[in-house]
Amino acid sequence: MAAMSLLSARGLIRHFGGLRAVDGIDFDLEAGQIHALIGPNGAGKTTFVGLLSGRIPVQSGTIWFNGQDITRLPAHRRVALGIAYTFQITSIFAALPVYDNVALAAQRLHRRDLRVHSMAHLARVGLEGRADQVAGTLAYGHQRLLEIAMGLALEPRLLILDEPTQGLANAEIDGFKALVRGVTPQTTVLLIEHNMEVVMDLADRITVLDAGQVLASGAPAEIRANRAVQAAYLGG
Amino acid sequence: MRVWTLHLAVLVLLFGLQFVLPPYHFTNFARIMVLAVFAMGYNIAFGVTGLLSLGHALLLAAGMYGTGLAITALGWPAAPALLAGVVAGGVMALAVGVLALRTAGVAFMIVTLMFAQAGYLTILYFGPVTGGDEGLVLARGARAIGGLDLSADTPRYLAALALFAVALLANLALVRSRLGRVMVAMRENEERSRMLGYNPFAVKLAALVISGLYAGAAGAGYAVLFGYIGASFAGIQYSILPLLWVLLGGAGVVLGPLVGVLVMFYLIDISSGYTTAHLLVVGLALLVLVLFAPKGILGALRERLWPWLP
Repeated sequence: MAAMSLLSARGLIRHFGGLRAVDGIDFDLEAGQIHALIGPNGAGKTTFVGLLSGRIPVQSGTIWFNGQDITRLPAHRRVALGIAYTFQITSIFAALPVYDNVALAAQRLHRRDLRVHSMAHLARVGLEGRADQVAGTLAYGHQRLLEIAMGLALEPRLLILDEPTQGLANAEIDGFKALVRGVTPQTTVLLIEHNMEVVMDLADRITVLDAGQVLASGAPAEIRANRAVQAAYLGG
Repeated sequence: MRVWTLHLAVLVLLFGLQFVLPPYHFTNFARIMVLAVFAMGYNIAFGVTGLLSLGHALLLAAGMYGTGLAITALGWPAAPALLAGVVAGGVMALAVGVLALRTAGVAFMIVTLMFAQAGYLTILYFGPVTGGDEGLVLARGARAIGGLDLSADTPRYLAALALFAVALLANLALVRSRLGRVMVAMRENEERSRMLGYNPFAVKLAALVISGLYAGAAGAGYAVLFGYIGASFAGIQYSILPLLWVLLGGAGVVLGPLVGVLVMFYLIDISSGYTTAHLLVVGLALLVLVLFAPKGILGALRERLWPWLP
């Protein structure tokens, strides 16, 4: 079981003062899957993936990635190992051209043909025609797509998407779903998502967090049928 | 293509000026080019990478004393002494950076300022060696490289231009390189850069060391070309001046430092011919700038006319 996992976490804890944001989470992520993380607001989802990506230091517990203990590695080293994180609140280089945003992500891996690789990643999200535009002037939905393109340009083994569809129009959400399906199974996806339709459509497996703990974990059908989840989250 | 053309044209223009400038301005321009190298170094830290240092006088002084003391105390020839000054600037930046980069923002400003003040006081404390407040004059014989007397007008101008040209082209290459792109990324959004796999500390330290090499080269060049080293160059004034030069010329624009130094130099030069309150004129000019062109002269030009200006 552990050998199958791309990432596994044991006993993760992160408290902020009296707030038990992450309170003893065990978690396994199987390679090649799309794994959704759901739960009510304040359940600790963003803090939890912050611990995985290294944005937030772990208080106690261990994280293994691809057979290596990464618990104490700084965030930029984890990116080099293949963990990419896209921000919940769009975090692009607003003053720089769209091209530079993606090139910054791609240039660590590609010494040669940077332009070709960067444009290919932009094309995956349909922004290749806007490469020279200043990123901050893009429409909101396009900024979200750029954020995802930056994550893809890291060519990660694990792509963590924090509420990627927030604020997207329905047509854009369809495009997003196709995009995420396209990156698996080469890339494993961990998806924080509020839109249940997207979750049920995409996810191979779902973990439900509540008050910093794992409430349930399983296939979409199991989660849908789980009474505790219905009570806590789906509202019956 | 047009980027290189523009910068080469500036260098050709500076080369041609030697045939038309009257002697007084001839010396001024040599000084301006050396100070512009210092300002370029500051621009790499502040304009490109977003590190607002208030201690760059220390790096200028490191270069100046590195070269000056190698000549006066150790009796080195000018060429290796110049090199010693450049290295001293880089090493000083590394030492300050390793400690100061544990902070950011206002704390970084204060820590760098404190380091520079400590350096200033150290120079005064070792007055018998450094010349203290009065400084030291470098003998004319010690200011020659390969038979070329750098205290004479034309060789001095050409040496200043050579230093400036190397610094300018290296700066241009840097901002168009991958490292340059990452340095800009640190300025624009450090957290995002970190999550793209870049170590903010390492990138900022690299920027600071490059900046220190520039400041060191300027200090070293100033010592040899103008034959004087003094504690005043380590004072707070020389930490504030590069900031003003860069803001005036255009922060983050490669040619900005040259324009900033040039305009400020002649603003002081011309206004002091009319009034003893010339700093008032400078102050007013800076106010006008902040109000109407907050991105500096070339920054405004880039925004409105030449978006391709690096």
